[in-house]
This record gives sequence, C-alpha cells and structure tokens, in this order.
Amino acid sequence: MASTAQNTLEPLRAGGDSKAKDEDMEEELEYSPFYGIEKGAVLQEARCFNDSHVDPRRCQQVITKLLYLLTQGESFTKAEASEVFFSVTKLFQHKDVHLRRMVYLVIKEIIPSSDEVIIITSSLMKDMNSKNDLYRANAIRVLCRIIDSQMLLQIERYLKQAVVDKSAVVASAVLAGAIHLAGANSEVIKRWSNEVQEAINSRHPMVQFQAVALMHALRANDRLAVSKLVTQLTRSNVRSPMGQCLLVRYVAQVIAESQPGVGNEVRPFYDFLESCLRHKSEVVIFEAARAICNMRDVTTRELTPAVTVLQLFLSSSKPVLRFVAVRTLNKVAMSHPMAVTNCNIDMESLIADPNRSIATLAITTLLKTGNESSIDRLLKQIGGFMSEIADEFKVVVVEAIKALCLKFPQKYRGLMNFLSNVLREDGGFEYKKAIVDAILVLIRDIPEAKEMGLAQLCEFIEDCEFTFLSVQILHLMGEEGPRTKDPARYIRYIYNRVILENATVRAAALSSLARFGAHCPDLRDRILMLIKRALYDNDDEASAGPGGNGVRDRATLYLYQLQEAPEGPESVDPHWRIPAKGLEAALQAYLASPDQEEPFDLSSVPEVVAPSPAKAKAKPQGLAAAVAAGLSNVSGPETQADEYADMLKAVPQLAALGPVFKTCSPVQLTEEETEYKVVCVRHVLEGHIVFQFNCTNTVREQVLEDVSVTMDLADAEEFSEEAVLPLKVMPGVEEGPGQTYVVLARPPGSMALGRFLNILRFRIKEIDPTTGEAEEEGYEDEYQLEDVEVAAADYIKPAFAPNFRAGWDALPEESEMVDDYGIGQRDSLQDAVEAVGRILGMQACEGTDAVPPNARSHTLLLSGIVVGDVQVLVRLSFGIDAQRNVAMKLAVRSESADVSEAIHAIIQEA
Amino acid sequence: MAAEIVDPTIPVVKNMLLLDSEGKRIAVKYFTPEMYSVTAQANYEKSVFAKTSRTNARGEAEIIMFDDVVVVYKFLGDLMFYVTGDQDENEVVLYSVLQAFYESINMLLRNAVEKKTVLENLDLVLLAMDEIVDGGLILETDAGVVATRVTMRQDGEGSPMSNPGLVTLSQAFGSIKEQVARSLLK
Repeated sequence: MASTAQNTLEPLRAGGDSKAKDEDMEEELEYSPFYGIEKGAVLQEARCFNDSHVDPRRCQQVITKLLYLLTQGESFTKAEASEVFFSVTKLFQHKDVHLRRMVYLVIKEIIPSSDEVIIITSSLMKDMNSKNDLYRANAIRVLCRIIDSQMLLQIERYLKQAVVDKSAVVASAVLAGAIHLAGANSEVIKRWSNEVQEAINSRHPMVQFQAVALMHALRANDRLAVSKLVTQLTRSNVRSPMGQCLLVRYVAQVIAESQPGVGNEVRPFYDFLESCLRHKSEVVIFEAARAICNMRDVTTRELTPAVTVLQLFLSSSKPVLRFVAVRTLNKVAMSHPMAVTNCNIDMESLIADPNRSIATLAITTLLKTGNESSIDRLLKQIGGFMSEIADEFKVVVVEAIKALCLKFPQKYRGLMNFLSNVLREDGGFEYKKAIVDAILVLIRDIPEAKEMGLAQLCEFIEDCEFTFLSVQILHLMGEEGPRTKDPARYIRYIYNRVILENATVRAAALSSLARFGAHCPDLRDRILMLIKRALYDNDDEASAGPGGNGVRDRATLYLYQLQEAPEGPESVDPHWRIPAKGLEAALQAYLASPDQEEPFDLSSVPEVVAPSPAKAKAKPQGLAAAVAAGLSNVSGPETQADEYADMLKAVPQLAALGPVFKTCSPVQLTEEETEYKVVCVRHVLEGHIVFQFNCTNTVREQVLEDVSVTMDLADAEEFSEEAVLPLKVMPGVEEGPGQTYVVLARPPGSMALGRFLNILRFRIKEIDPTTGEAEEEGYEDEYQLEDVEVAAADYIKPAFAPNFRAGWDALPEESEMVDDYGIGQRDSLQDAVEAVGRILGMQACEGTDAVPPNARSHTLLLSGIVVGDVQVLVRLSFGIDAQRNVAMKLAVRSESADVSEAIHAIIQEA
Repeated sequence: MAAEIVDPTIPVVKNMLLLDSEGKRIAVKYFTPEMYSVTAQANYEKSVFAKTSRTNARGEAEIIMFDDVVVVYKFLGDLMFYVTGDQDENEVVLYSVLQAFYESINMLLRNAVEKKTVLENLDLVLLAMDEIVDGGLILETDAGVVATRVTMRQDGEGSPMSNPGLVTLSQAFGSIKEQVARSLLK
C-alpha cells in the first residue's frame, strides 16, 4: 500500500488545489506527529503487540496511530482488522493502565466479528471483576458493545449487580450499555428493574439520569407503566438536571396523551412543569419552558410563566440561550402573538445580534407579533438588515413578510414595495424564487395588489437571469394581464423578451402575447404583427432538446388560432379538463407503442390522475422549518386530512360516497390504559358522515377478530345507518391502529346534530402462553365506548378571506343576523376570543384573534365555509366590564339565511 | 457500530467534531447511521465548516441550525469543537456536551489547546470523547470527571461521590502533569 492517508482521503480535502495542498504538507511537516503516516507501515508496527517484552508506551503510540488512521476515514480490510484484533488481545497480559485503556478503545473501534469475540471475553470478564473501578467500567462498556443476546444471558448476573455498584463510573457504564441493548433484549433487561430502580436514587447525577432513561425505555410501550413512573418521579426528588430534563419530556408526553381539560380544569402536571421553570439548571428551565409552549391548546395564562423565563434568556450573554429563547418564542408567536408582545423590546435589540440565525428569528417573530401600526417601522429596520445576511435567512424573512401581508392586506403597498426593492438586489435563485412566489401569492389573494405586483414583475423580467422565473412570470402575465384595466402597458415588456431572451423565454413570452391577442380584441391586430415577426426567429427551442416547443412553431400556431381557427381566437386558451400529468403519461405511452399510424386520441387520456404514491412534499429545513413550524396550524391538519382522504379512497364503499368536506379532529373513546384503544375520526361529506374508528389491541395475550362498532341512533333522528365496515383483526400496538367504519346518511347538505352511544363488538380469542397460538373458537364480546357527538362546528371549516370587508359587503344584507350574548366571567378578552373561536372552528381574519393587552373591547372577524360550500362570515364584538363579565354581539352574514341561523344556534347551545 | 437508542425521549448526540482552522478533521466521532459513510461525513464537515468558520465563537459558544440539525460550537486556539444534535433536541443539553468536550481537553492539555499539542496527545483527545458520549448517549458532562477517567485515576475508595467534580479536579491535574511529561518524552 503505497498511498498515504492524505491521498486516500481525497474527499476529505476536496476543494483545495494542489498548490495549497503542497503548502499544507509543508506546514504539517513542521508539527504533525502523523506526517506521512501510512497504513501498511502502521500495521507492520502493530506486530510489536506480539513481542514477548511489550513496551507499553510504544504500543500506546501504535494504537493511537491505528485510531488516527480510522479517524481520518481509512478502513481496514477484514483480514487486517482481524490481525490487529488478535495482536491487541495479547496486550491484556500487560498491567499498564493507560495501555489497557487504549486497548479497550481500539477494540470498540474495530468491532471483532462474532466468532472472534470469544477470545477476549474471558479477559474482559476478568477485568469486570477487577478491583479497579475503571477497569470494570471499561470492560463492561466493551462487553456491552460486542456481545450478542446469548452471551448477555451468560453474564447477565454480573451486569445486573454492576447497576447498583457504588462507583458511578461502573454503574454509568452498565446503564449506558443496557440502554443500547434495550432495543433488542428488553426482556432480559426488564428483569433488572429493581436494581435500576435503586440506581434512580443514586447520588451521582449521571447515574440517576441514565437509570431514569433506562427505566423509561423499558416501559415506553406501556402507557400505564409510564404514567406510574412519571407520578413516582415527580414526587421523588430527581436531582440530576439531565434526569429532570427527561422527566419533563415524559410529563409533556403524558399531558399530550391525556384528554384536554374541560373549561377551567387545571391540566395534570402543569404545576410540575411550572416548578421546573424555577430549577437552577438552564437545561431544565428551557426543557420545561419548551414543553409548556408546545402543549396542545395552551392558554395564554399557562404560557405566561414560560414566556417570562424565555424573556430573561433573550438578554443572556450566551448565544445558545438567546437562540433557544427566540426560537421558542417565534413558535409561540404563531399561535399566541399577544403572549409574546411583552418581549418585543428585547426582541428588537436582537435584530443586531452577531449570530444571524438569532437575528433572523427575532425579525420574523416581530413580524408575527407586530400590529398594523408597527409594520412600517419594522420594514425600515429590516431593509438595512437584509443586505448583511445570507440568502437562506433572507428566504425566511421573505416568507414571514408574505404571511404578514396576507394577515394585513391593507398594508400591501408597503410590503409589496419592500418585496420589489429586495427583488432588485443581488441574490441567488432560491432567494429570488421565494420573492417571486411571495408576489405571486399576493397577486392571487389580494386583488388590490394585482396591478402593482404585475408592474414590479414586469420590471424584474427586464433584467432577470433565471429562465425558470422569467417563464413563470410571463405565464402569469398572460393569465392576469388581459384582465387588467390597461393591458396594453404590459405588451412592451413582454415583446422585449421575445427579442432579447433565450429560446425558452422567447417561447413563453410568445404564448403570453397570444393570450393578450385572444382576450383583448382592440390589441389583436398589433399583437398579430408582433407574432408575425417571430416567424423569422433564427433559433429554435427544439434545438435545446426533444420535447421543446419551437418559437417559430408557436408563432405559426398562434397566428392560425387568432386569425383562422373555427373556434375563434379563444382557441389560444383551450380549457382542457385534462390534468397535464395524465396527458404526459398518455403521450409517453403513445410514443412507446409500436403502432403510431393512428393519430393520438385526446379522449384516451383519463380525466383523473391516479394519486402518485410518493407525495414528496418539500419539507422546510433548518431555520425555515423553525419559523414555519407553527404555520403547520394551517398546513398540518391539511396533510393529515390528505392522509385520511387517501385512507377513505382506498375503501371502495367509502370512495363512492364522494369527496370529504371536513375531517374533524380525533376523539378518544376509551379510557387511558384499557385493553382496547379506540379513537374516532368524523368525516363530514355532502350527504353522509363517515365515522372512522381507529382501534388498537393493547393486550398481547388475546386476538380480537370481526371488530365493529354499533352506533345507537336513538338520539339522532335525522341520521340513518347506511353501512358498517368491520375490521378483520384488531392490530397490536406495534402494527398501528386498524380501521372499522360506520357510515350514516343524512339529508344532503343538512346540519343534522346528534349524540351516539357506541358499542365495540368483537370475537375474542385467548392466546395460549405455552404455544403462542390463539384458541380455535373464542367468544363474542362487547365493550362500551364513550359517546360521540356530531356538533354544528363539524359542518364548518375555516376558510381564508383575504379581504373581510369586501367579502362582508358582497354577501346579501338580508342574510345578516345579529344578537347579543353574555358569556359570563372570563380571565381576559383573549380568553373569550379563544373560546368562541374554538367553538365555531372558523378562521380568524386580519390578525383579529389577538387581543391587545388590557383592551376593554375587541372585534373578532371570522371566516368559514359550511357544508354544501356556503360561505359564512362572522363579526363578533366583545366587551368586558370591571367585574370581568364578557358580553358579545354576534353578526353573521352568509349565502343562506339558514346557515346564519345555524351559527347563532351553535353559540346559543355552547 | 453500537445498537441504536430506541427510546426517542433520550437526548442523542449525532456527532462530535474536532477540526483544525482549515476545516480538516483532527478527531471526529459519528453516532447515527445516516453518517457512517466517509463521503457523507466529509460533506457534512465541509458544510459545517463553511457555515461557521467566519463567525466568532471564541468568547461564548455559538449555535447554528441548518438542514435538520442543530450545531453548537466553540473555537479554542486554532481548533474548532462542534457538537451536533437533531433539530428538535434541547440545545442547552448539546451545549453542556460541548462544554464537557472542550473543557476536558483543555484540562488534559493544561490550557495548551492547539493543533500541535492535540495531535501529539491524540490518545487523550480520543479517550475524552469516548468518556463523554457512548454511542450517541451522553455518558458524562462534568469535564473534571471526564479528565480523571481519561487518565485512569480511580475515584478511590471512600472518595465522596456526592461531589465528584471537586475531588477529581485536583486529581486530574496531578495525573495530567504525568501525561504531559510522557508526551514530551516521546
């Protein structure tokens, strides 16, 4: 082997040119003890391990060299590794402690094959019983790394004892080993419970931490045991910060799995989390603050103490603490912007933070908590900041601006100006794409912003180096331009592209022009002239590769369509109801077929595309993910709904019922820790409700077959049972839940309400513990589930209303229904707003879900769609008096008076 | 490689890196399967270095988040210490690992943390990393304890376990002297 480590490590040193490398080598020559190290020579040296008189220091050096090679990415062949291993084992005879420590380390690096392990086990066993704690600890760590299940059984006795060893290093070693082994050998390690329990009380913090971790790992699949463990640990005194940190995680899990508290009921264990905020270790404080902020349906009152400690972190001298605080608060700001406003001053000082991640997170948080009046000031601050940060951060800021603009559509002018300014600055493709995307969204959702946005984009394509973006913008111009007040002003910009750009952009510009020609009769003659010029286009897009659409070809086609086509100029824009994907697939199949005599038949393309199995959604990563995390309030349920939709589609009887209008959030129908876990998901359809019961069998010793749910319709006259789809076998915890469905019909479009008693029916078969086989016959059994209720809110889904006032004015005035309600004592208006928002299940508009602190009155604007695709808008005016009694005035407008009435009915009943 | 940690609540360290001022590796340790290939590791180190080398992490440890990881790092002398965890990991936990990482090495090398001494005492550095994290699981975060264990000094009979950090500091320095003398003799 002649090559040096430097050569074999080419990938590690990628990027350096040869000259720089030479310099490196010279430098290294000066001080690296490993200069010119070479595998063959080191392996040769390793033979000294076999000498009769071993020189410990020399051996240590050789081992270090071996490890250096491994660290640098060198790999040993099986034979080489084996040889090294055998000679290393000889070193066990030597007494030198430092040498022994290196021997342990190198064995862990070259994991011996299973047949070789046997050679060192006796040496390791001897060390395991040594008087020296460090020998014992290290021997245990090596053993845990190399043994298999069978050998584990042989030495179990020693390991178990070591768990309660009074030496921290020994206990720690065996606990760590057990955590690694727990995955495959949990049965064996479960037998150590008593010892692990004792270790939990250890006085050494890390032993306590590892013991807690192991205890939980062994019980992770058993929720009852976990909650017992949590109860026990929260009462006892876990001193180790890391252990306490784990405990906070378990508590958060228990809280997440428990039913949300009704009304003012205090969440279980919330007090514990709050007390952790006063812990002396920052690790625990942050873990608890994060856990509180991540709680489902967290209230402002619950958040306050967590936000307060995070606010202290914001002004810490440690970047790590500032980062975690601003990252967590950023997330909180998405759901509870008002809870974070108190931190705004600290947050603003972070805009200048040298750590750009922190600065970016601070800015995006401010953008979320900001109210209309502060936007202009913020934009000014960001303007200066934008030129200093890397593209990936800019993308994050642009995303936040986009969200802000959707929230405050009235502010579009300033925000659009900001976007167009940054669009003109230098930047890479991803950044420019984010800006263009943001502008496109604004044009789509805010009608007033359209003209301004188009004008900005026109200017941008004059000087755009990215073909992809130019094409995208030109397409949009073709769509939107003809419908503006003055389409002629765009022609010049588009035609410039036909003259100046590459073939792809020219073709796109031409298509865009043709659209103007088709939709604007006054401009048609002039456009025809422009298109005619393109007939002499010198370069053809087709030359760029197959599948291209020639510029000249397009020009010819458009001229025909605009002048002579029988369908008239409209034919430029054929409204095919065929998905492009389906067309592509059909065309490819046509090209692949041997017989191309027959012309391609457009009607052969299926109108519905089969959903592609790999729905690769670009997942935001890094900082973008952190900032977007809370936006999943919007996108999260959607993807979940997608998943459900796919599930329903997979069942033919259900797919036939038509599309799902709304999928309600899952409701648990069994107590925690029962034998069966049943969760019900209600899918509302036009004329049906599908009840999906996700069932899990938590008892290994029995098999449940022919599982179905019987729903009692006594209290729900408007419903009739249409189908029951049973589940063949209820799967266990590992396989994930299985589904049984009940389909109820109701008059199409109606908002029928009802409450249902449910009984789970199944055939139960015990499993014989000796053979592991289920008995033949089994018996029928049933189990009472919790009730399921269909509420009016099930028929309403949130919908985005870009401009509430315009939407409100557009709805018929006679549909408006107004009434006053008193809703009793509340902590704050925010509380009341949250409660009513939850009951109605609608989308808050223009950031009105956040109540300014200490406000005496507030107006909440809500928008939604009711089953049957009826739009409904709600304007709620709240007022609070000195006794904290809240009164509200509810005004509803919708496309149907019945719906308005139904909304009032929901509030009356709540 | 070590069996993976199954329980998702246990904090996991994805990797520990010690790079020189040009981004070349001195000692690295990867604990998660997606990073076992040398190419993946090299690419990762390259991007970490590119993103962090121009920041100032000399005073306080710094932090950065990219792709799906969080990295805490600290520059000491002409060396860069990095600890990586999942993006959802408690960053303060990772920070305590990082502290153990550079402080233990600083102790072992008697405040002479620079590339030359680190390479000359690479065995100590590798052992320290081995004592801090075991297959991704955090083993010890007290730099004093780590340093003692590296030098194979016994905790000793009857040594007050309740306060391992304090006792071991002096012990550590005793044995460190020995270590340094040894390495000078090489």
